[in-house]
Amino acid sequence: MTTLQPPVAAGRRPSRPPWRRARAWTGWGFIGPFVAVFALVFLAPLAYSVYLSLFRDRLIGGTTFVGLDNYQQALKDDQFWAALERVALFLAVQVPIMLGIALLVALALDSGRLYGKDFFRISIFLPYAVPAVVASLMWGFMYGSRFGLVGDINDGLGVSLPDPLSPDLVLASIGNIVTWEFVGYNMLIFYSALRVVPHSLYEAAQIDGAGQWRVITAIKLPAIRGALVIATIFSIIGSFQLFNEPAILQKLAPNAITTDYTPNYYTYSLSFSGQQHNYSATVAIVMGVITMIVAYVVQLRGMRKGA
Amino acid sequence: MPKHPRRLPRGLGLVCALALAATACGGSDDGNASQEKVGSADIRAALKKGGTVTVWAWEPTLKQVEADFEKKYPKVDVKLVNAGTNNDQYKALQNAISAKKGVPDVAQIEYYALGQYALTKDVTDLRAYGADKLGRSYSPGPWNSVRSGDGIYGLPMDSGPMALFYNKKVFDKYKIAVPTTWDEYVEAGRKLHKANPKAYITSDVGDAGLTTSLLWQAGSHPYKVDGTKVGIDFTDAGAKKYTDTWQRLIDEKLVAPAVGWSDDWYKGLGDGTIATLPIGAWMPANFASGVKNAAGDWRVAPLPQWTKGAKASAENGGSSLALPALGKNKELAYAFVQYANSGEGVQTRIKGGAFPATTKDLNSKAFQDTEFPYFGGQKANRVFAESAKNVATDWKYLPYQVYANSIFNDTVGKAYVSGTPLSKGLKAWQDASVKYGTEQGFTVQK
Repeated sequence: MTTLQPPVAAGRRPSRPPWRRARAWTGWGFIGPFVAVFALVFLAPLAYSVYLSLFRDRLIGGTTFVGLDNYQQALKDDQFWAALERVALFLAVQVPIMLGIALLVALALDSGRLYGKDFFRISIFLPYAVPAVVASLMWGFMYGSRFGLVGDINDGLGVSLPDPLSPDLVLASIGNIVTWEFVGYNMLIFYSALRVVPHSLYEAAQIDGAGQWRVITAIKLPAIRGALVIATIFSIIGSFQLFNEPAILQKLAPNAITTDYTPNYYTYSLSFSGQQHNYSATVAIVMGVITMIVAYVVQLRGMRKGA
Repeated sequence: MPKHPRRLPRGLGLVCALALAATACGGSDDGNASQEKVGSADIRAALKKGGTVTVWAWEPTLKQVEADFEKKYPKVDVKLVNAGTNNDQYKALQNAISAKKGVPDVAQIEYYALGQYALTKDVTDLRAYGADKLGRSYSPGPWNSVRSGDGIYGLPMDSGPMALFYNKKVFDKYKIAVPTTWDEYVEAGRKLHKANPKAYITSDVGDAGLTTSLLWQAGSHPYKVDGTKVGIDFTDAGAKKYTDTWQRLIDEKLVAPAVGWSDDWYKGLGDGTIATLPIGAWMPANFASGVKNAAGDWRVAPLPQWTKGAKASAENGGSSLALPALGKNKELAYAFVQYANSGEGVQTRIKGGAFPATTKDLNSKAFQDTEFPYFGGQKANRVFAESAKNVATDWKYLPYQVYANSIFNDTVGKAYVSGTPLSKGLKAWQDASVKYGTEQGFTVQK
């Protein structure tokens, strides 16, 4: 609204106050609907979570106002930090692998040297269309070492593969599922970014005698830096919010996946098994803040290099 | 419990005190005020007037009961909803109670979970409807389970006196005797696994229900509950008997790593690779429907004993029907619960394969003489009824057992997948349960 500042003639000064009032109302009229929806769907839930996090509700004693006690507890909560460590490890290993594969596939598609490009593209993308719950169930059955695919391979070939659902391997198994699900999605982001690179650049590079590798490192990668940063940020958020896959696999591997396996699963357990809605809201807020910080740092770094 | 606004449970707190004091919460929140009797005349009048009763239950035999009840009282519309099995349903119920919306009029609640709802007064004390007069008609185990303090918070629907289901074909094939003690059980497990490396004496990946039931049978008293005072201790002599024996089964890899009720598990029960199942007497209906291909292979034996020659048993599972405090049509709801769990519905449900909690039915000749075609014509109810008689009645669950059970695999489960000894796992479970209890305002003695 502050941009609407037409020059005011000195002679019209007396009429300013009523005009100003009218202007204020007109502005609100325009942004009112948006503000209402924004407040309702974005601000209200956040405010409610913060409100919840200031109370403690107990089976004996009922609800009491505890100020920042819940936050203090969260900062000292080993279960929460262990879960965060787990997703951080997941992030450090799984995201580079996933984005690397996605980039490779996008570059391969973009190179124009593939036979049956459309089929290849759609089949890489297809897993993204499978709901995460279904994908986890499907992989869960394959991972089964008694009657699943792993079990069949063991029986058929007389080998004994390590159990993918054992405590040591289950995080890697989840990483495999997530990679399978999201390579296509990230590939599509990279591929669409590559498609808008002007062909004149390639021609110029060819005239200069640059090889394919040089074209990739000097033209293609810098051109899609924005897409890379965005995909990385999405993946960071996705990793920190890891929930579906462990929650589904928990039924198959109850001893390997604890109810505090990831921060999100921990908040879910706190809320739905433990009835600790207040503390659960606190953990969710702390986790949200951490995610924001990490995503913001990555964005700053990514963009700075680009500038 | 002190009478103070602060004891208002959970989500009920603020809003309830402000807005609903006169209605939903006020009416049933106060234990002593429930003396306002609702006579059978009121219930009859309500049945005549008719209305709708929403029932959340996963017990399959209630379907026929619903149909019969509606036939008998045409003006009453019973809506039977399967809102998930045990834990899933409790989550849904808890959410509905917190939101004070969509709360069913009747809910199936297992015995181990009922205490929590009774403590927070989220279920109605049924004494006002005359439930206190039904005490003698139920066997003591289930009846104790629906009582909390002076109140009665549900009517027992079924019970689960334990027995050992075993695959006779497998036992005959490998010439193994049916174990009568848990030591013999371990021995049988060794023999079986040696004869067929793919076969296991049973499957267990850590199940809170099974562990607590076996502790119960072993004479352990891990939980001491006196109102809001709670004691948790997994180190008594009974618990030691259990951990010593079960540790051997785990160490020697004699238990199959199949999660209960999974496809793996059903397959194992069907093809003989899971040879026995120590479980509640409500199991036969599940065998008949879930393990059809092994019909005739299985038999029922008394639960193996911790001491040779003893006759101890325990309950495993079993549920009640309770009236959530925020439900409507209380009279009609109670009428349905009574019909299903104490009246004509009991016979209907027995015919459907349920195991009753009513002594009259447990002792009836017709019930005891029932031959189970699935068990090769065995009169299995005799074993179950005998077990029901031998259940120790001094067992207590925690008032927050639902939560405790939800973290069982986080703690005790470690013993099944790593070198952590079972006793250490139980200790971790104890610590986590103590922590939660303390956080929730209980006075917890370790």
